Amino acid sequence: MTEAIDAEGLVKSFGRTLALDGLNLTVQTGEVHGFLGPNGSGKTTTIRILLGLMRPDRGRARLLGGDPWGDATRLHKRLAYVPGDVTLWPNLTGGEVIDLLGRLRGGLDTRRRDQLLHRFELDPRKKGRAYSKGNRQKVALVAALASDVELLVLDEPTSGLDPLMEQVFREVIREEQRRGDRTVLLSSHILSEVEALCDRLTIIRDGRTVETGTLADMRHLTRTSIQAELAGSPDGLAHLAGVHDLRTDGSRVAFDVDTDALEPALQKMIKVGVRSLVSQPPTLEELFLRQYQGSSK
Amino acid sequence: MTGTGKLVRLILRRDRLLLPLWVILLGIVPAGYISSFVSLFPTDADRVEYARVSAGNAGFVALYGPLEGHSLGELVAWRAGFLPVMIGLCALLTVIRHTRTDEEQGRTELIGAAAVGRHAQLAAALITTCAAGLVLGVITATAMVAEGLPVDGSVWFGTQFVLSTWVFAAVASVAAQLTSSARSARSIAVGVLGAAYVLRLAGDISDLGSRALSWLSWLSPIGWVQHIFPYGGNAWWPAVLTLFFAAAATGLGVVLLGRRDFGDGLLPARLGPATAAPRLRSPLALAWRLHRGLLAGWIVAFAALGLVFGAVGNSVVDLARSSSGLDEIFARMGGGTVLVDTYFASIAGLIGVIAACYAVQATLRLRDEESTGRAEVLLGTPVSRLAWAGSHLTFSLLGPAVILAAEGLAAGLTYGSIAKDVPGRLPAILGGTMAQLPAVWMLAAVAVLLFGVLPRLAAVTWGALATCVLLMLVGTTLQFDQWVLDLSPFTHVPHLPGGHLGWTPLVVLTVVAVVVSAAGLAGFRRRDLPS
Repeated sequence: MTEAIDAEGLVKSFGRTLALDGLNLTVQTGEVHGFLGPNGSGKTTTIRILLGLMRPDRGRARLLGGDPWGDATRLHKRLAYVPGDVTLWPNLTGGEVIDLLGRLRGGLDTRRRDQLLHRFELDPRKKGRAYSKGNRQKVALVAALASDVELLVLDEPTSGLDPLMEQVFREVIREEQRRGDRTVLLSSHILSEVEALCDRLTIIRDGRTVETGTLADMRHLTRTSIQAELAGSPDGLAHLAGVHDLRTDGSRVAFDVDTDALEPALQKMIKVGVRSLVSQPPTLEELFLRQYQGSSK
Repeated sequence: MTGTGKLVRLILRRDRLLLPLWVILLGIVPAGYISSFVSLFPTDADRVEYARVSAGNAGFVALYGPLEGHSLGELVAWRAGFLPVMIGLCALLTVIRHTRTDEEQGRTELIGAAAVGRHAQLAAALITTCAAGLVLGVITATAMVAEGLPVDGSVWFGTQFVLSTWVFAAVASVAAQLTSSARSARSIAVGVLGAAYVLRLAGDISDLGSRALSWLSWLSPIGWVQHIFPYGGNAWWPAVLTLFFAAAATGLGVVLLGRRDFGDGLLPARLGPATAAPRLRSPLALAWRLHRGLLAGWIVAFAALGLVFGAVGNSVVDLARSSSGLDEIFARMGGGTVLVDTYFASIAGLIGVIAACYAVQATLRLRDEESTGRAEVLLGTPVSRLAWAGSHLTFSLLGPAVILAAEGLAAGLTYGSIAKDVPGRLPAILGGTMAQLPAVWMLAAVAVLLFGVLPRLAAVTWGALATCVLLMLVGTTLQFDQWVLDLSPFTHVPHLPGGHLGWTPLVVLTVVAVVVSAAGLAGFRRRDLPS
């Protein structure tokens, strides 16, 4: 069994809105898989289908080797789920919710729970109604991370966390990654997060998978941003294939270049003479934008 | 106060269906009474006789309040005596919906960030609700005048309804400041309304007999508005008293609003335990945590109701003894015992529909848990859908049984010890109360069915319950066909004590409730979540 999640051709509509339109998603056991898409692209719907909360109109989904709808209760013993918008019971404390969810999942590592509470700087004695969005999310995260499960399903887990806590979250997920026995499905529209954490990723848009693979697989699709100060005027760059959005200001140039056109562009600049050079690696932001432009044609 | 006008328009936009619905519906109900009184009691002599019997009927007085005169107007205004409670309920729910509910859900923050004054939201909610009450009163008064009743009495009749709206809108404005949760604010305001009704009831029933507790009516805003006695006394000073109270309560609400922080209540939010008790490890244990406060409140309220109903039961007998003319009629009807039985049987019916409110409330908790996303968290763990739904339904089924028993026991013990016949009276009164249970379950079953099959319409169950209440209050007066009355499960419950104990309707109601609930649960297992 090497695939923790295997979904093929998922279709789901709500009334006239088509939420999923033939979505594919494969997650290998033991990897951290980024599930990337703009808001409203169908990430949460996919996750709900994988959790057996919804049934797809068409398509096939397998989760940990079982049927997400029919075997829901049995499969849920082996996973923990953190929804994107966590709501807690107003009169239960955060600590009570963490313990309850852990016990329902079949056990909680109390040492790990206390450790996580400390790292996330969460006061477990507050009542559910007194927590901010970020703190409610931390409650669900601690409950999930302290549970002894094979699969973590995290739906935009950092959308309410401040940058400092986002950092803590990344450290914790990296530790999970090093342990190697846990699979994580991490949905996000925050690209740097997926870039920093994930082994492989799936990009979706309008309910369809547009790209899937490792980050390295996708770099050929992307461009590098170059800013340079040259010794003379940058002749010839504008006509080079693969160079985009060229801006010149005297001897200063800034442009984007396709990965396979990087070498000829550099050679052209060296001929003129380079005084300073800043190159930025392709971010998922750009990769994402290209997918966007690509599929909206 | 800046921005109040805009917020008023926002409320009118959001409540464009709800607000006209209760304003118009409750406003025109009294008009329906006129024609039925005219057709049932065409001559003056008929009305005098009807008024004489009704004014001494403890069950009627409990439900509608005291009756002084016998003119058509007075009879109609008296028969509408339960409406101030329903109007008060609508008013307080509207105010809390547009103050604390918005604040809790963060909508206020959105508005508060715009150019809106600190008091604008409360002001807008009160202005809208009070204006709605005014419209309601005008509708009633106009309808009465159109039917040919005296103008001055009609104006006072409308004023009763206007003041009922205003006073409970004001109560809600205070309740909304006390706690940070809308649910608790609603409970507090509804609790005040319930207390006002029970005080009125206790005072009025006592007034029929020993008069020892008559003063209780004067502690209740509902008692005040009823002492206006439209078409009879047309007394102005209870109106002034009510107005003064409403103004004072509104003032208190405004002061409290100024003293608290945004999002907080005056009652502080305390810290709780950092870890869960060992028992908290199943859906049922969680449901117990979520339901126990509400259930405890209902048990206390129902026990108090039982105490009051039981204590005033003796007045019914006093009344029969003191009034010689009636004595003869009652003797023919079977004597004091029958009278007491009739009284307790009608109380049992009333208690039944109130208990149904709890049953529906407890069942709709399912929908509430689903739409807030809390169900999703639980159903993402190895908890099956049936186990989760069952944990809440335990309270919809057993909860009503417990609160009905609390009322029946309290009433039976109180009246039994006054009548010095606990072994005889307790089982009769308790039995009559518990006989309501299958009808109460039926309402819970309707809620389960809607939740399972048409979850977005689950709240329509309240409409079904309101229909049952209306059928009980006006069904016989308006001479509906029997099949219409039969729509309410409460029509089928045997009238106990005193009536014939037929097991068939109880068994049939229970079986139908089980089948309907099962259909709802089957639907729930098959549908998407959340929906």
